[in-house]
Amino acid sequence: MTLLETRDLTVRFGGHVAVDAVTCAFKAGELTAIVGPNGAGKTTYFNLISGQIPATAGEVLLVGKSLAGLSVSARARAGIGRAFQLTNLFPNLSVRENLRLVMQQKAGIGFAMFSTASAHRAVLERANEVLKTVRLAQKAEFLVKELSHGDQRKLEVGMLIALDPKVYMFDEPTAGMSADEAPVVLDLIRDLKARPDRAILLVEHKMDVIARLADRIIVLHNGALVDDGPPAEVIASDVVQEAYMGKALDLV
Amino acid sequence: MIGTLLSGDLPRSRILTALLVVIFLGLALAPFLFPGVRSVDTAARISIFIVLVASYDLLLGYAGIVSFAHTMFFGIGAYGVALTLQAMGRGWDAVLIGTLAGAGTAAAIALVIGLFSLRVRAIFFAMITLAVASAVGVLVSQLSGLTGGEDGLNIQIPRELTPAFKFGGELWGVKLNGKLLAYYLVFGTALVLFLLMLRIVNSPFGRTLLAVRENDFRAEAIGYPVVRYRTAATCLSAAIAALAGALYALWLRYVGPETVLSMELMIDILLMVVIGGMGTIWGAVIGATLFVIAQNYLQEVMGWASAATEGVPLLPNLLDPDRWLLWLGLLFVLSVYFFPAGIVGRLRAGKWNDPK
Repeated sequence: MTLLETRDLTVRFGGHVAVDAVTCAFKAGELTAIVGPNGAGKTTYFNLISGQIPATAGEVLLVGKSLAGLSVSARARAGIGRAFQLTNLFPNLSVRENLRLVMQQKAGIGFAMFSTASAHRAVLERANEVLKTVRLAQKAEFLVKELSHGDQRKLEVGMLIALDPKVYMFDEPTAGMSADEAPVVLDLIRDLKARPDRAILLVEHKMDVIARLADRIIVLHNGALVDDGPPAEVIASDVVQEAYMGKALDLV
Repeated sequence: MIGTLLSGDLPRSRILTALLVVIFLGLALAPFLFPGVRSVDTAARISIFIVLVASYDLLLGYAGIVSFAHTMFFGIGAYGVALTLQAMGRGWDAVLIGTLAGAGTAAAIALVIGLFSLRVRAIFFAMITLAVASAVGVLVSQLSGLTGGEDGLNIQIPRELTPAFKFGGELWGVKLNGKLLAYYLVFGTALVLFLLMLRIVNSPFGRTLLAVRENDFRAEAIGYPVVRYRTAATCLSAAIAALAGALYALWLRYVGPETVLSMELMIDILLMVVIGGMGTIWGAVIGATLFVIAQNYLQEVMGWASAATEGVPLLPNLLDPDRWLLWLGLLFVLSVYFFPAGIVGRLRAGKWNDPK
């Protein structure tokens, strides 16, 4: 089943076309890696889907329904979840509180004013479960700013797991993580993959990660979709070989 | 019981707890502990300013929104009661209607300002509030037929709140009259509003405001409509400020632009928030108490010190009561320098904004 679809999705900044008429569908139970050189428009493509940037043309559909005109928060509630390339958390709040905030939103009690937050036990319990899932239970009371980079990346992934959207979007989830920390995050993503009702989009540079996780690869170049297929084929293709071997692409 | 009443947000510092208990008992028993018109007046002002400052902290410290219109909302509450009492006579119905109308108007204006300007950058909201507050200030002083202009309005409050109303002889040497009732109306209402705000900042809504303050981009990305939360906080804070204003008008039996709308008052509020500690409602208690006491008694202390140092060169001049603003200013600079997180922040040893 197709969960997410972009049709002729385009954004122009002045004369520069950052994402150029990308039409692509993402199925449930599938992990799609999005690759391409720096500046290819991968993160911008994410921004268009999650609504941080309004599209110049084209549309995004979630389970067949257009998301046009919906704010970032409305898209998040509808089922588009996003983890960020640069860690983007609540630095002066505790690790548990970061996750609790996500659970609180999902419980729909954000505007409750006359009960204390700690009285909502179920919300707290669900946050605690995610704490365990991302192996941060020991550091629940730490402020996020006191965490190591690797732990912050884990929490970044945890925020998305807590939100549990229909479409998971990861933007270089292991960026800057040490070799012994990265597997934790990759295992978490692999566990998500086992769920047949979720679609995962993954922007990633590391080919070994892609080879391990991806069911499918799409290639963006200068904002346009230039290749789409199973990992083995795409990795072997000229486009990717050239892009990742550092040669200039000559697609025309 | 106490934990529930305080919404689980305990002072978390022994010295702070002691200070708060002293302030609470001092205010609760003020007419008996410090009989005298002036000291009871100071206690009433402290109670009202605690509410006003806490409502501003809800906006500044919790939601991270800078507003210069807080005195305007305070003034709207005060004028709301004053004008209604003038139009309807000195009844409790007028007090109730005026208070609700004031709070409602304040919330409505906050809603309009919020919807227009909270979408865009924070600085824009601050500018708009400054402009609207100035406009309202000018309007109040120009519409002298209605508002009494710069002279303000003397108001007739219900008889039960005036010294002329007696309901018994004396208790511990204090006359049981309407003024005493008025004090307890102020104190009781302030206490309820304070506990309400303490609950709000520890509620899911309050936690969301902290998230919005910390990282509005991420708050939006996990599904919180940030503009709606900011607007709600603005309205709530405006309504509570208006309630404090209504209390102030009832207590003073007077409203005027200088007392409830001036820019100086706005700056006083800002100082009280910063001195007490931003982002903690307890800070409002400490900040308002210290500030109002300093404002009311610093001159006296200085007069006494000036007389005591007579004969010493320079010192008596420096300590002249006319220079009290200099010393007040100096106190603030020092307190902000040494307690950047406010007194409560300092006492809680850096844990001031981590809700557990």
